[in-house]
Amino acid sequence: MKLFTTHHRALGVLHLLLSLAAVTIGTLLSLVMRIHRVWPALAFPFHGQIKPEDYLALVTMHGTLMIFFVLTTAPQLGFANLVLPEQIGARGMAFPRLNAVAFLLTVLALALLLAAFFVPQGASISGWTAYPPMSAIAGAGPGEGTGMDLWIASIGVFCIASWLGAVNMLATILGERRAGMTWSRLPMTVWAWLITSILTLLVFAVLLAAVVLLFSDRHLGSSFFVPAGDLVNGVVVGRGDGSPLLWLHLFWFFGHPEVYIAVLPGMGLVTSLFANFANRPVIGYRTMAAMLVAIGFLGLVVWGHHMFVSGMNPYAGTAFALTTMAIAIPSTVEVLGWLSMLWGGGLRLPTPMLFALGFLSFFIAGGLTGPMLAQPALDSYLHNTFFVVAHFHMVMAMAGVFSLFAGIYYWYPLMTGRLMNETLGKIHCWISVIAAWGTFFPMHLSGLAGEPRHYERLTGPATTFSAITANERGITWSALLLAAAQLIFLWNVFVSARRGRLAGHNPWGATTLEWAPETALGRVQRAPYQYEIGVNQMKFHPQWESASKQE
Amino acid sequence: MRWNLLAVCVCFVAAHVWLIGAMLRRKRTTRGSDASPQNGETESRDASRHLRWTLLAALCCMYLWMAVTAQGLWAGSRYAGPSPAAMQVEVVGEQFQWYFRYPGPDAAFGSTRPDLASAASGNPLGLNPRDARSHDDIVSSVLVLPAGREVDLRLRSIDVIHGLFIPSMRLKENAVPGLVLHVHFTPTTPGTYPILCSHVCGLGHARMQAVLTVVSSAEFDAWLASHARARSEQPSQ
Repeated sequence: MKLFTTHHRALGVLHLLLSLAAVTIGTLLSLVMRIHRVWPALAFPFHGQIKPEDYLALVTMHGTLMIFFVLTTAPQLGFANLVLPEQIGARGMAFPRLNAVAFLLTVLALALLLAAFFVPQGASISGWTAYPPMSAIAGAGPGEGTGMDLWIASIGVFCIASWLGAVNMLATILGERRAGMTWSRLPMTVWAWLITSILTLLVFAVLLAAVVLLFSDRHLGSSFFVPAGDLVNGVVVGRGDGSPLLWLHLFWFFGHPEVYIAVLPGMGLVTSLFANFANRPVIGYRTMAAMLVAIGFLGLVVWGHHMFVSGMNPYAGTAFALTTMAIAIPSTVEVLGWLSMLWGGGLRLPTPMLFALGFLSFFIAGGLTGPMLAQPALDSYLHNTFFVVAHFHMVMAMAGVFSLFAGIYYWYPLMTGRLMNETLGKIHCWISVIAAWGTFFPMHLSGLAGEPRHYERLTGPATTFSAITANERGITWSALLLAAAQLIFLWNVFVSARRGRLAGHNPWGATTLEWAPETALGRVQRAPYQYEIGVNQMKFHPQWESASKQE
Repeated sequence: MRWNLLAVCVCFVAAHVWLIGAMLRRKRTTRGSDASPQNGETESRDASRHLRWTLLAALCCMYLWMAVTAQGLWAGSRYAGPSPAAMQVEVVGEQFQWYFRYPGPDAAFGSTRPDLASAASGNPLGLNPRDARSHDDIVSSVLVLPAGREVDLRLRSIDVIHGLFIPSMRLKENAVPGLVLHVHFTPTTPGTYPILCSHVCGLGHARMQAVLTVVSSAEFDAWLASHARARSEQPSQ
């Protein structure tokens, strides 16, 4: 496959391969962390024992890789390039060359990020949130010198790449729709991409500004984030009177909508899959689409719930708690909509549907702890404990990754003309569901026991957390199983490309335009998801078939 | 917390029973007779719409209940300041150590200067020797508090953001350089409790821990007096 291409489907596959590389590295890093937590004395080949700063560098790199290069890249630029133009009946993306530039910049950003492992003192240790003054001052710890500079450069380039991708997506959705593709005929995935591209434009701009200010604090002598008289490592570094809280506000104004950027495309995709495999129309199409929009825009006003105990005014804490609680309502509408689509039974359960159901399971589990963490009174115990780690790994990481798997199994025929092996797919899904539950559910218990995040060891001068060591061991074994199960997926992806069963035309009996035969390039005829409710018979009316033909 | 966990678990189990139930139903259900499938569908759709609205309303009530109770608790602990009789203690975070400063008999904290701070020379907080109010300040690495008396913690950080976390007091607040933040609480049961750092602050983050010792007020007075004596014997810094 060519690296320099402007064809949207090829770029989609390239983005997915980039995410595959990032997710592989990110997973290996997390396994090293899990192993270190349980067997701290173990020496790793080519490295030796994990030092405290190594552990924190692993945390930073795991978070950055997964959030930016997997959960932002794959569901948006990966899947959108793969099917968005076809789904709206466009000939291609609006700006093919911009699209290619966005991909190459993402590759550059990934290379800059990974380079931090090979510079003196290694990668940054201040976490993916890079709070100053730690991130603003090279003397604050190992990795805060060159490692942090590379992190800033990588995120800056990534912001620009996402921006270009989002401009392209938005222009395509707004301007390139086929005649007859009205707003109420858009597939739910397109609604999701419409919202995420608007969110990306709004919030990555703020993140870019924030990292530029941080760079300026580090190298140009400004003092946006460092207060007067700040004394780090024996040196008074505070010159002006900046405030670390400014970074928190800028960062989380990006950081919270980022969660929705990661998960909304998955929500759109599973809505389509539930309709497809339950052979039912989407219940309340307009409501479901409107709720996606509501989640997107409420998502812009909840960032303060990451800051209840950060020193922010407690009255602001109340305001952000209420907006956060409000976002539970559209999310609940979505979940109830999905559940009632499924309730009739008679579901077909091929691998993409199983993964979509897995998504729903994790989305519910992680979603329900959301309203708990939205309460500042509870958050003042749970903040920065493993309860939060469990929450976001459920609702963003696992739900996000399961929707990625669902999409890959579902759209694989569009990439290769073949289907992935169903037996292997189902084994992969069931092991992953069970191991993911085994990994992330017990983390709630560690969190309730008070175990904070970012601890490279469980025993400290004042506490031993002896009550949760067995729990931690279970999590590690489960994480190892979860990672091992992904080998089945890798095998399936690469072998099925050559030897998979030929898919033929429209293998899933879907109604959206990405499955239309090339000869059917007329006006869009009808709304998506026109599946007919009948007893044990499949009847559906694709968007490319005219109503009169069916009569 | 207990009620929250219970409510969340009930919702979680109900949703999963629903989900697995739906997966196991291999045959499609159609309510109503075969003769009039259209009517049957409409009825069942109406029933399912009613069910959805009822569930949504019930869940919204749950969110409302969570929001209201939590705001009550939050307002109770954070909106109002401590009572004027509360004891003052300053908590200072520094890579990778917590320091606790008591104002001494004059009930006032002396000023500090970052350029004077040096743990090696016995002045980790940079107390200013020219400020008379600092002469009786007591700096400790253990937080000792009398049971039953409200305490007002004055939180600062010298270098980077730290997180003061006393799990057994359900208390967490960041120590942010450049800001002085206040949290207040009343320890009731004598005992020893861990104090952790809950915000990543560098390579020693996991070992940045201290101990809170809650004692009776007589023991506390004795502890304070012994430290005050030791302080007055030192040359003033």
